Parts: sequence; structure tokens; C-alpha cells
Amino acid sequence: MVSSGDFCQTRRVCGVLIRIDSVTKRYPDGTVAVDRLSLDIPDRSITVLVGPSGCGKTTTLRMINRMVEPSEGTILLDGRDIMRQPVNTLRRSMGYVIQNAGLFQHRTIIDNIATVPRLLGWGKEKARERARELMGRVGLDASLAKRYPYQLSGGQQQRVGVARALAADPPVLLMDEPFSAVDPVVRKGLQDELLRIQEELGKTIVFVTHDIDEAVKLGTMVAVMRTGGRLAQFAPPAELLSEPADEFVEDFLGADRGIRRLSFFPSAGLELVTAPVVATDSTAEQIAARDTPDAPYLLVTSPDGKPLGWSEPRNLTAGEIDPAQLLSYGRPFVAGTDSLRAALDCAVLSPTGWAVAVDADGRVAGVVSQQTIAEAIRGAHKESTSEAKALR
Amino acid sequence: MNVLNFINAFFSDSAHWKGYDGIPTRLWEHILYSLVALGIAAGIGLPVGLLTGHTGRGGNALSLIATAARALPSFGLLVLMFVVLGLGLLPVMIPLVVLAVPPILVTTYEAVRSVDPSPVDAARGMGMHESRILLQVELPVALPLILSGLRSAAIQIVSTATIAAYVSLGGLGRYIVDGLYQRDYEKVVGGATLVAVLALATLGLFWAVGRLAVSPGVRRSN
Repeated sequence: MVSSGDFCQTRRVCGVLIRIDSVTKRYPDGTVAVDRLSLDIPDRSITVLVGPSGCGKTTTLRMINRMVEPSEGTILLDGRDIMRQPVNTLRRSMGYVIQNAGLFQHRTIIDNIATVPRLLGWGKEKARERARELMGRVGLDASLAKRYPYQLSGGQQQRVGVARALAADPPVLLMDEPFSAVDPVVRKGLQDELLRIQEELGKTIVFVTHDIDEAVKLGTMVAVMRTGGRLAQFAPPAELLSEPADEFVEDFLGADRGIRRLSFFPSAGLELVTAPVVATDSTAEQIAARDTPDAPYLLVTSPDGKPLGWSEPRNLTAGEIDPAQLLSYGRPFVAGTDSLRAALDCAVLSPTGWAVAVDADGRVAGVVSQQTIAEAIRGAHKESTSEAKALR
Repeated sequence: MNVLNFINAFFSDSAHWKGYDGIPTRLWEHILYSLVALGIAAGIGLPVGLLTGHTGRGGNALSLIATAARALPSFGLLVLMFVVLGLGLLPVMIPLVVLAVPPILVTTYEAVRSVDPSPVDAARGMGMHESRILLQVELPVALPLILSGLRSAAIQIVSTATIAAYVSLGGLGRYIVDGLYQRDYEKVVGGATLVAVLALATLGLFWAVGRLAVSPGVRRSN
């Protein structure tokens, strides 16, 4: 297990903003929700608390803004004990996003977002101006400003929730299962949006989820908690996937953690081949030249390089290529940008077993076989193991 | 003669439109009693209902008191108060207030309790003071239900305020009590009609208040 101290030295994300120091939450009936938890939440990064229900992850989050008061231990925010600050001042310095957004249904979208600035005593116009600015930042159309929450979709409502939390520009953002109630497509959009916003704003985000995929995708650091409020492992996601601390973490990560881990390996090193690629306007000689024994299929592209589909070379006649007769090429991956996981997925989905790589404009950069991807995976594993050894 | 004839006769008699026993005077007296009673009942029921609803404490005791108060017969209470306190407005106000507090109190409590807890949690997490949470987050959302409690209390008051006439006060009950005594059924029916119309007007008034005071965001999402 790597402590956050190592994290600081190796990854240069320094300055611990929230220090949770052997904190326990015990309820009057004797239930222990959080048990002697210590966690250093690094500055300007997303720390995800993940675990099964009843593991105390939400309680931990709610202790940071004193919605729940710890029974023992201390929580330091930027070195200051949170119990020594006026509770509402503390809360106004932290954005708070909850499941289902929790919008005020009697207020318009813009006034929902302006809530905290108004609490801080800003004038109405200034607060609204700020709210309008945030709507743009979270990807909400300005025409929604005067609408009421019931007129928005679940995903839009959650964007309003995020905008409202960001309105007073707090250094800390607490997010309690914010994307759990929306469908997977919308959730993915919201996650991408959060990563983009975080890139721009660099907040200290504490994010609670029960979804390990979400944790791995969003977290700079992931704290896996087990039932009874104990910390099982605190590590960057790639390390979590490669070296789970114990059986509990391994189980929690699920059976396909090997595949998931590939998300952390870039596809940039993949050797792409352009030999089995022909365009619809290729001549008979060009097609014949591409027909080599090691590529049983040829990828046909449009004259400007967009992929159309696969075909056996003998079915291709120059000048008479019908795109409708081609085999589907599945989904291409973006060479260099996408991970090895995406490349493997494309190869698995492709009827020919070859993945299509495209450049940022969607033009074919080359194709790659499952075998080549498998070799790249072995290479990446070897590299990461030796890297891990070098770090110790 | 049927009821419609009675009504026609009562309202077309010009003598019924002027003087201390004229319709405008009696109507105004009735409205005044009703407003005072509703004001006192709301002054008790609203704050207690809002506070208990917000904190969630005292709900059981509240419904117990409300049930007990509902079991009290208004007329019996009036006679008792008259005997104890003598003539005056106070013996009339007490039964009316006792009648109106339970619906106001119980619906206000229920209305605040039934507000979705997540915006309240969000507001608290943002650092909103408890009083602001109650007045700016819970109250606007609970308002339609609170208004319905006030409305049913108001209608009960309007119809029950007729009892004031039994202890020699005014109001529309005067026509009913005097009419029965004088066997003047025209008067009885006329008075009863006025009470019914006033009750309907009260309904209309609350509808208008609801349109104006309830946020479109709440009205449409419920």
C-alpha cells in the first residue's frame, strides 16, 4: 500500500488540503459508521471514496462539512481544525453536490445557482451574472436560466447542482453520489464534464460513489472502504487495479480488473499497418498489390480516408466498390489518444479481428490486429512492473 | 313556496339592505368575526406547525391535541364560555379558534414534513441558517398544502360564526336565529344563503392567493 506521502513525492501533487486524522463516528446506539479513519486528501485533485453500502463513505464526506460531527479524531482543512470554525462559514467554503441534485423547485435555475453568493451577501445582479457564467461552464444553455427545475432533465438538473456548488468559487467540492440517479449515457457525459471542469478549475474534490468504474475513471486517488468504516486501500486507480491490497479490494474491483487496467496504458505505442487499406477509387493494380497473405481482409475507405468497411480482396473490383456490401468495421479508436483498452475493444468487436485506428479528424491512420494488441499489452505490463519496482 | 321563492323575496325586500340589521352590516360583522378568528388561529397554528414540522419533534403530541380539539362541540363550548365569561366577543372567538387551529396546525406540520429532504440537505450543506431553510426552502414548497389547511379552517369559521348570534352578537347568524324565533323562514333561508355565498367567496379568495403566492415551479411540479 502506498501512503499519500509517497503520492506526493512521486506525482508532484503536493499540499494536503484535507487531513482526516483517526476519525471515528459512533452513534448513540453503538453503531460505528467510521472507524479510526486516517486519510490525507491531496490538494487540487479528485479523491474518490468508494465501497459497498454501509462502509461509511457518505458519513466520512458529511463529516468534512460537519453535516455529521465526528465522535473522535480531527479533520484539518488547510491545517485548521474544522471544529474551530463557525459551521456555516465552513460550509460556505465548500461546494456540496448530492444525489438527485436537491434543487429548490420554487426557484428558477439562475436563482438556484446564485444561492451561495446571495448567502454571502452579494447583490442580486452580481450573483445572477456569476450564475450565468457558471451555466456556460457546466454546459447549460443560457435559455434555461428562467426555467424551473421540473422543466429540466435529470442530467441537466445535476449540472445545475454542480454549478450551484461552484457558484462562490469554493476551494473544496464535496460530491455525494452525484451521478448515481441518471442513466449510463448521461452519467458518462457528466463524468467527462466534471473532469474537464476540474482541469480548468483545479478544486480539491472529494467524491463518494459505490461504482468502482466511476471511481477508477474520475479519481486521482481512490480510497476503498470496507463495511464497518475502515479504510481498505488508498492508492491511485492504476495501482489499485494492478496491486489490490487484499482479497476484499480484489473482489470489489470485480472479475475484469485486468481489462479495466488497460485504460491506463496508452495506445500510442501500437504499431499500425496501412498495407491492408484501400480507397474506393483505388485501381485494380493497387488492390492486387494490397492482397497479401497475412491480411485476409482489406479495409475500404472513402477517397478522403474515412473508414467504410472490410472486404475480402477477391470481392473487390476496382471502380465498382459498393459500400453497402462491406463488412462493418465496428467502432474505430483514436490512435494515441485512446487507451489500449479502447483498442482491444475495437479489435474484439471487429468481425475481422482487426481494429481500425483513426486520427483526430476520423481519417484512417492504420489497422492493427488482435495479436499486435496482445503483444502491446504484455509489453505494457512488463514496463509497469519494472517501473513499480524502481519506485520502491 | 319553495326555497328559491324565499331567497327571491328576502333579497328583493329593500328593507333588508339598510340599517343595523341590513345585509351590508351583518355581512361585514360576519367577515370581521371570521377574519379575527382566522387571524388568531393562524397566529397559533402556523408558527407551531412550521416549527414542529421543521424539527420533526412533537408531531405525536400535536396530532393528539388536534384530535381532542376537534372533538369539542363548538356550540357547547360557546355556551360554556358565555356562562363563564359573560357577554362579549371573547366567548365567540374561543370556540371559533378552537375549531380552526387543528386543521391549520396539522396540515402545516404535515406540509413541512412532506417537503423533499434533499433540497433541505443541500441548503444545510451550503451553510444556510435553519431559519432561512424553514422560510426560504421548506415554506415555499409546503405553501400549497398550508394554504389548503387555512382554506378549510376559513370555511369552517365562516359557517360556524353564525353561532355568535346566539349570544346576542351580530353577523349573518342573526337572520337565522331571529328568523327561527320569529318563524320568518324567508329570513332563515336568506341568512343561510348569504353564509353559503360567503363560504364560496372564501374558496375563490384562497384560489387567487394560491395563484399569486405559490411559485410556478412548485405549482407545476406537484
